Amino acid sequence: MKKTLLISGGRVIDPAQGIDRVADVWVRDGRILAITGGTGPGEPLPDSADETLAAAGLIVSPGLVDMHVHLREPGREEAETIATGTQAALAGGFTSVACIPNTEPPIDTQAAVEFVHQKAVRADTCNVFVVACVSRNREGKELAEIGQLVEAGAVAFSDDGAPVYDAELMRRAFEYCRMFDKPILAHEEVLELSRGGVMHEGLVSLVLGLTGMPAAAEEVMIGRDTALAESTDGRLHVMHVSTAGGVDLIRGAKARGVRVTAEACPHHFTLTDEALRGFDANCKMSPPLRTAADVEAIIAGIADGTIDCIATDHAPHAPETKMLELDRAPFGILGLETAVGLSVSRLIATGRIGWPRLIEALSTLPASILGIGRGTLRPGAPADITLIDPDLTWQVDVRSFRSKSVNSPFQGWTLRGRAVATIVAGRIKYRLA
Amino acid sequence: MPAAPHTFDTVPQVWPHRHLLDLERLTPGEIRLLLDTAAQLKEATAGCRRKLTILAGRTIVNLFFENSTRTRTSFSLAARRLGADVVEFSASGSSLSKGESFIDTAKNLEAMGIDAVVVRHSTPGTPHLLAQHLDVGVINAGDGAHEHPTQGLLDIFSIRERLGDISGATVGLVGDIAHSRTARSNVWGLLKLGAKVIVCGPPTLVSKRWEELGVEVSHNLDNIVPRCDVLNLLRIQFERQNTRPFPSVREYAHLYAMTGERLKRARKDLLILAPGPINRGVEVTADVADCPQSLILDQVTNGLAVRMATLWLTCGNRLPQMDQAGHAQPGLTAEGTL
Repeated sequence: MKKTLLISGGRVIDPAQGIDRVADVWVRDGRILAITGGTGPGEPLPDSADETLAAAGLIVSPGLVDMHVHLREPGREEAETIATGTQAALAGGFTSVACIPNTEPPIDTQAAVEFVHQKAVRADTCNVFVVACVSRNREGKELAEIGQLVEAGAVAFSDDGAPVYDAELMRRAFEYCRMFDKPILAHEEVLELSRGGVMHEGLVSLVLGLTGMPAAAEEVMIGRDTALAESTDGRLHVMHVSTAGGVDLIRGAKARGVRVTAEACPHHFTLTDEALRGFDANCKMSPPLRTAADVEAIIAGIADGTIDCIATDHAPHAPETKMLELDRAPFGILGLETAVGLSVSRLIATGRIGWPRLIEALSTLPASILGIGRGTLRPGAPADITLIDPDLTWQVDVRSFRSKSVNSPFQGWTLRGRAVATIVAGRIKYRLA
Repeated sequence: MPAAPHTFDTVPQVWPHRHLLDLERLTPGEIRLLLDTAAQLKEATAGCRRKLTILAGRTIVNLFFENSTRTRTSFSLAARRLGADVVEFSASGSSLSKGESFIDTAKNLEAMGIDAVVVRHSTPGTPHLLAQHLDVGVINAGDGAHEHPTQGLLDIFSIRERLGDISGATVGLVGDIAHSRTARSNVWGLLKLGAKVIVCGPPTLVSKRWEELGVEVSHNLDNIVPRCDVLNLLRIQFERQNTRPFPSVREYAHLYAMTGERLKRARKDLLILAPGPINRGVEVTADVADCPQSLILDQVTNGLAVRMATLWLTCGNRLPQMDQAGHAQPGLTAEGTL
């Protein structure tokens, strides 16, 4: 008995196929069966579906993919677990997440990758893809066993939380990963320049007397890594770009043919360093909130494709750690459950980009950078689908979050646009009540 | 200079604050009220030698997370001169060393029925966080490199005592501007009262960005000395620097120490301030520190008056309808809705 699902009458957007039209999407047995109204023969459609979702007025998108998520397990289960983090992902409209390996211990062995996969299977939520460490124990001294990690299923490599500091090791990593065609996801920061910093170095940090993290700390490292990627023909993915200078460096490298991709986080195109005036540790993250000019450059970079995708850098921290003095509180904020609302509010509602570009940034491109065979509604593809109400206005309330933590600076904000149903492999895993 | 003598029955309604967190967010009128009140209290206590009872029954906690002798003593004396009880609380030896958060520590003190905390902390914004979490008055006695409002006020008080009016006066702040909370409180207070402010020191300690606040930036002390009515010589905060911002103390002193030689090129009535503790031979030489125009010891005396005024205005008797108004609620301000 083959199970069918019909998503009827929504605006179907699949940038991978160049589709943007009102249509029905048919799912059978966990895979996309067809999108109606296309040309070509296609498979004959069933007379009726086992289950139907009425999607009139909604966007029907390939399942969203967040390629930068900290699930905290193992080691920091008080802040988040694979089960709670992926629940948060579903509530945010994400059908796939890539988890970053700065756990305790770090994900740098086949056994550790297997642990995450098993926990994800047990959670039975969204797809979890593992990013493994570039260096053994994330120490930046020698390469992790990248080949075996690839065999275990690692989709990319990163020492995020910190940069790969040794330029020679980074060069080796680019060279070595080339044979597996895996990207290195790079946290770009010159630590000497940002040492002791809690926020962007600028007029606001000067007034508040807080130690700053200059834009140059990010830009110098992006410069280094684009040069290394260029000389090795390696694949560089720049994580959480936050500065105008960083966007320019990536644009220039792309123009030279360097194999570089990039992501930006919703908070970096929404907030500026002005938010720190309240000394709220929920506004402390690395890289930090920058200036209005940087925000503008990031939005322009998303619009022109210099920045390929939007990723959240979802970084849960237990409440007691964020109730500390600013310099003792950890870096990072939640992202999964506000990403769509912030993206729609800041990018679509303001007319800066259209829906196809947003879907590309939240699904098509992160899926293709990671090579996970998702991010499309092509017949035969896994039926990962997100339904988004583009006009729904709603108020952020961290107490209703599925995440185990509440460290969001957006508490109480009114946002526009929200995922209303999240479907993983044909099964409806989340519906907005 | 002071307005009509005050009876200190109730806090004037034009002062709506229960906290003193920074000078940046005070109005010029509020700063003048603080200074005028300090002048009256200085007189009423006969130069800080007589006791009053206008804060009798109040309990004030000195909550110092960072070492301090002078500021702590000054606040204690100020509170006692007004009849308040003072409790001293040091971070070392308390539960803080056992991992308790500073907010929990403060909440414990609050539960003991206190009226205000005077807080010093090495992290900017800590007093602001306490003000959000506690229901008692919070007075900032220095938060990292952010602000030290009573120090800024006492510097301005000392200048005003000599000059009468400081609008139009040129005040040079010399030294480690980057790491100085005193500098920031001075800048805000002076600008709001109409003075011209010059910040002077090497580019590693004096950012060009100060110009965006309406402050003149100079890297050459010799150029500004003849133009200044007041020089405030700030200490080098070695403890707050990641890497040394100049090659040697010797070179720094050569370029930026206020010496007798430089004093010769200054106006005859140039006033010299130094918030202390002073490093003789680094930012100021002994002949200048002890010269007749030096206000260094006036500053200490006036500190008591300014702190009495601060304590009374934040903790004194108020009319009932004023109780909630003063809760400054820092937080995300401009944005909040998209």
